[in-house]
Amino acid sequence: MKYLDEFRDGRTVKRLVRAIERRVTRRWTIMEVCGGQTHTIVKYGIDEVLPDDIELVHGPGCPVCVTALETLDRAHAIASRPGVTFCSFGDMLRVPGSRADLLQLKSQGADVRIVYSPLDALQVAAANPTRQVVFFAIGFETTAPANAMAVAMAARRGLTNFSVLVSHVLVPPAIAAILDAPDNRVQAFLGPGHVCTVVGYAEYEPLVLRYRVPIVVTGFEPVDMLEGILMTVEQLEAGEARLENQYSRVVAREGNRASVALIHEIFEVCDRKWRGVGAIPESGWRLREAYRDFDAERRFDVKTIETSESSVCISGEILRGLKKPHDCPAFGRDCTPDTPLGATMVSSEGACAAYFHYGRMAQPVITT
Amino acid sequence: MCLGIPGRVIETFREHGILMGKVDFGGVKKRVCLDHVADAAPGDYVLVHVGFALAKIDESEAHRVFEFLDSMEQLGELDEIP
Repeated sequence: MKYLDEFRDGRTVKRLVRAIERRVTRRWTIMEVCGGQTHTIVKYGIDEVLPDDIELVHGPGCPVCVTALETLDRAHAIASRPGVTFCSFGDMLRVPGSRADLLQLKSQGADVRIVYSPLDALQVAAANPTRQVVFFAIGFETTAPANAMAVAMAARRGLTNFSVLVSHVLVPPAIAAILDAPDNRVQAFLGPGHVCTVVGYAEYEPLVLRYRVPIVVTGFEPVDMLEGILMTVEQLEAGEARLENQYSRVVAREGNRASVALIHEIFEVCDRKWRGVGAIPESGWRLREAYRDFDAERRFDVKTIETSESSVCISGEILRGLKKPHDCPAFGRDCTPDTPLGATMVSSEGACAAYFHYGRMAQPVITT
Repeated sequence: MCLGIPGRVIETFREHGILMGKVDFGGVKKRVCLDHVADAAPGDYVLVHVGFALAKIDESEAHRVFEFLDSMEQLGELDEIP
């Protein structure tokens, strides 16, 4: 563990916390967008070592959590069809739809398989020409190059038994939606470092100008996050709003150019409904017309399904940074990772799962 | 799936015109598309999202990030066998 020990140097952490304390003169609310960052914050208690005036709120950056209930129900309908082999990332299997989850369908005889990569689903299609193989292509910008490449390869190889159910979501329109909300209280953002590895951060620059809000592209290790928070606080206290890149050792402004080009060849921007949040204009990607033959929604005529959402679950308010998991009456009681009412309790990137996993069962009591 | 996992390229090959490879993630070997880090060669460390390499990273960064992800129990996706 020598590499990790060097980076988690307690002195570096203390120095950064002290620098933040020196800089803060008033209350600030900062949102981390990425679910991976949420887990780092909760596991390492970053929110607890910060001055009380800094509040971190957790954002919608969990793709499993925001996949629309309608899309999930459609996935379940397709997976239940005879002749279909339905491939998905493992995180999706226990996400509750209106009636079931993929794991239950599997136990009832549906051919549901967990894959590590959409490119593995493509291999399943090539090896099973008599099956219709469908991949559940969810995710933020990070999974888009792999999903786009799977479609491009299927087209090149003429694989007619492969299709994708696309539910891609994009970070910048979600940030805009949070800032547009009348009850918004987020004043600055830690940008998602790994999303920006793919697509760069040029798309965040118009947000900074339009909303006068600081955005600092940040990594997901404790020291990265404290540095990102310090850079954000310095801007807030100085009354500035700029885009800064804390994670420059990995992220370039233009991202991975080849990946960006491939994504735009296969996908086009569309409106997208987010579970718990609602419809956000131009916040998703769908297949371009030239690749619609690979669109599972077109291949399998799934009629409109009546959805039914848990009335107790507050994951929507959690995903918008308005509430914390322990504000929910069901949290840790009726809703646990074994009996999840909402996707935020299922996903390894979900805020409720993080709070449950690391024992944050109640609001911390601050003694003065 | 949102966090890239670093691994070491152990071999490269072409498949239907696309640069592919085998990548070792702490002992777990996976088939990975290397087409967008076109100069990737055996011995290089790459940051991989769901079977797709997006950037080359240096060795010490790769080890540190891998250990960190392990400590965060964020490596479960590597257990999936296609």
